[in-house]
Amino acid sequence: MGSLIQDLTVELGSERVRSGPSELSLYRKDASNMEGSTAVVCLPETTAEVQSCVRIANRHGVAFVPRGSGTGLSGGAVPLDGAVVIATTRMDQILSVDQLNRLAWVQPGLLNLDLSNRLQHLGLHFAPDPSSQQTCSIGGNVANNAGGPHCLADGVTASHILAVQVVLPDGTVTTLAGEEPEPVGYDLRGCFVGSEGMLGVATAVCVRLTQNPPGVMTMLLDFASVEDGAETVSGIIAAGMVPAAVEMMDQLCLQAVEAYIHADLPVDSAAALLVEVVGLPHGLAADVDRIVAIAHEHNVKTVRVAQNEDERALLWKGRKSAFGAIARIKPNYYLHDTVVPRTKLPEVLAKIYEIADRYELQVLNVFHAGDGNLHPLLVYDAREPGTIERVRLAGEEIVRVSVEAGGVLSGEHGIGLEKRDYMPLMFSEIDLAAQRSLRCAFDPLGVANPGKVLPSPASCGDIHSVPEGVWI
Amino acid sequence: MDLNEFAEEIGSTGPVTIAGLATRGGPVEGVRPVMAPVGIEWVQPAEMTVCCGAGTPVEELDAALAAHGQSVAIPPTGTVGGALVVGHSGLRRLGYGPVRDTLLQTNYVNARGEIVKAGGPTVKNVSGFDLCRLLVGSHGTLGFLGDVILRTRPRAQHEQWFTTTDDPESVVAQLYRPTSVLWDGTSTWVLLEGDRRDVETQADNAKLGRADPPDDVPTGGRWSVAPSELPNLIGTGRFIAEIGVGIVHHEHPQSPRPIDPPIAELHRRLKFEFDPEGRMNPGVDVLALG
Ligand SMILES: Cc1cc2nc3c(=O)[nH]c(=O)nc-3n(C[C@H](O)[C@H](O)[C@H](O)COP(=O)(O)OP(=O)(O)OC[C@H]3O[C@@H](n4cnc5c(N)ncnc54)[C@H](O)[C@@H]3O)c2cc1C
Repeated sequence: MGSLIQDLTVELGSERVRSGPSELSLYRKDASNMEGSTAVVCLPETTAEVQSCVRIANRHGVAFVPRGSGTGLSGGAVPLDGAVVIATTRMDQILSVDQLNRLAWVQPGLLNLDLSNRLQHLGLHFAPDPSSQQTCSIGGNVANNAGGPHCLADGVTASHILAVQVVLPDGTVTTLAGEEPEPVGYDLRGCFVGSEGMLGVATAVCVRLTQNPPGVMTMLLDFASVEDGAETVSGIIAAGMVPAAVEMMDQLCLQAVEAYIHADLPVDSAAALLVEVVGLPHGLAADVDRIVAIAHEHNVKTVRVAQNEDERALLWKGRKSAFGAIARIKPNYYLHDTVVPRTKLPEVLAKIYEIADRYELQVLNVFHAGDGNLHPLLVYDAREPGTIERVRLAGEEIVRVSVEAGGVLSGEHGIGLEKRDYMPLMFSEIDLAAQRSLRCAFDPLGVANPGKVLPSPASCGDIHSVPEGVWI
Repeated sequence: MDLNEFAEEIGSTGPVTIAGLATRGGPVEGVRPVMAPVGIEWVQPAEMTVCCGAGTPVEELDAALAAHGQSVAIPPTGTVGGALVVGHSGLRRLGYGPVRDTLLQTNYVNARGEIVKAGGPTVKNVSGFDLCRLLVGSHGTLGFLGDVILRTRPRAQHEQWFTTTDDPESVVAQLYRPTSVLWDGTSTWVLLEGDRRDVETQADNAKLGRADPPDDVPTGGRWSVAPSELPNLIGTGRFIAEIGVGIVHHEHPQSPRPIDPPIAELHRRLKFEFDPEGRMNPGVDVLALG
């Protein structure tokens, strides 16, 4: 046995084993503001190579961290204590497509938008559409159970994953579930989705594909108060409609985006809703009418229905440019992600404004209103002394008020390192012990992405006390 | 009975089994049975969520939701908890999705008699590992569901079954998001939902005739196969297959499916972690239930 790096190099070749200082500093972080440390980064191209990386790490007693594109916002892909980074960037192929049954096998490093773009000619797409979809990987989507604007009607990543081929933490390769709908036994695929790299490395994913809709209507509704906007959202859902997407932008966000892209946005309004409905012509037209009527009941100021594909694209660009736009306000931002019951949106948003005021921070809200998924964006300048601490404290209060309102810690970005220590806000020690049990079953030695999600690491029982082969 | 009483009854020692309405197999014989709390705690139409005891009959839940124009994607008969831990979907799975996507949160009782919360109450949540998905389909071998919060869905304004003798592949290619497509090797049945005019236009374009759903769905076996394998069913006996899904209602049982040894090992470890003494539904081997 050579050194860790030597052994990895024998398997992958020197070009795909990186340990230079500039690369190590790149892979020490993700898109959050957290940093760790790694000794080496591997770029495998096949399942067998991932397996070798895991086995070599095991042999050297070093933990490993699966990594997709590193766009995660909760520090999930941040390596701790010199863990080996296994990056799937070079595993970016579509392996097969079953057009009739609407499923595909893909490698985990394939980028989310590349998949949908490459299926366009078949009239199909991969429904989860995180705002980061140009750069994030399918493997990362699986590990974080990613969401996006169009997950309101179509469901988050978990609803679109049929099977996952994995390298388990001990280096064993197996496939969790399959193309068949009701595999024998426990739903191991369901456990793996959202497991943030702590149950093994996904090396191939079977995704469900969604038919492109025959018709689309997109509209922008603006309101003099956030309450009116939020009540319109609840009204739409209570009336039995689930639009394809319902996104909200508050005034500061509208102003920032308008200055950036000049889309004639209602900058004088407190909030605007971007609502998209899809489907067949009659249902579509009826839904638009009902949504507009509900908006009028809640004092909508203007209703702007996109008249053509260009206008629709412009409205969506407004929603999706928020991150670019805010860079013009302050150099740094901290994006939060919590969920509250839809009916609590006005109350919680009011508290978020109050918290930001108290910590003398600017906050913009641009979020998935349809499912109550808040994304308060704190903008700041890290060079101003004391700011980072104020951002941290304000963030913690935002998480607290969300949970107190009957909400949850994260809707789509995951727990990772960022929210690990907030887990007790939502779960008791008994609840957490059950989550540790799942981790122990997959990874009794705790070598896959340790230190994430669970506030106290699992200390696992000894399975070998149970006689081999006995089903208890 | 409330959740605490349920937990006390389960206790922390000795074999124990869960009894529902016995529509899906019933409790383990010769073992002390317990019953889960019954009753609907709340319905929140604007959240599209509902909370009920796991012992609540599916019909009762369905009636409560119907009053709000909603439903939940759990097939009828038996208790809500029984339907969840068995995990079998209904004939509308193509449109409504699998049972596992309905469970948002549960308070279940573990092998130590403790109440454990899994998941969260909102329609979107990625806070921690997804124990809800582990529990759906676990046949009561890892814990007993006490109460549940489920995701609801709006009922369609209009629905209609159709039939045709065209092969299902060409039918599916012409339709936008049908709720169900069934095939018995000769005829194809289609369930369409939505605005009445859209339903009729779709049916006309695909040359579908109005019909009742198939009435004699075979119950000898419930097969689960890759949807691409459905054409191979011809000649295996009488069946009704769910196109695009891969569930087959067959007159014969499915032959045992191979289980990869690492999968069996993961099952053994999960059972050990959640129920080291094997007291919950003893003797039930989820891998043998195929
Ligand atoms: C501007 C911006 C906007 C965003 N918008 C959204 C949004 O709308 N919705 C949303 O859900 N997220 C959003 N995100 C967050 C992020 O893009 C998603 O979480 C995405 O799914 C992460 O994918 P990734 O490939 O970058 O994963 P990484 O950041 O590389 O990794 C994320 C986690 O997945 C694990 N992982 C990665 N690959 C694998 C694998 N093959 N097997 C096992 N584990 C693996 C890692 O260990 C880590 O825990 C946004 C991020 C940014 C920067």
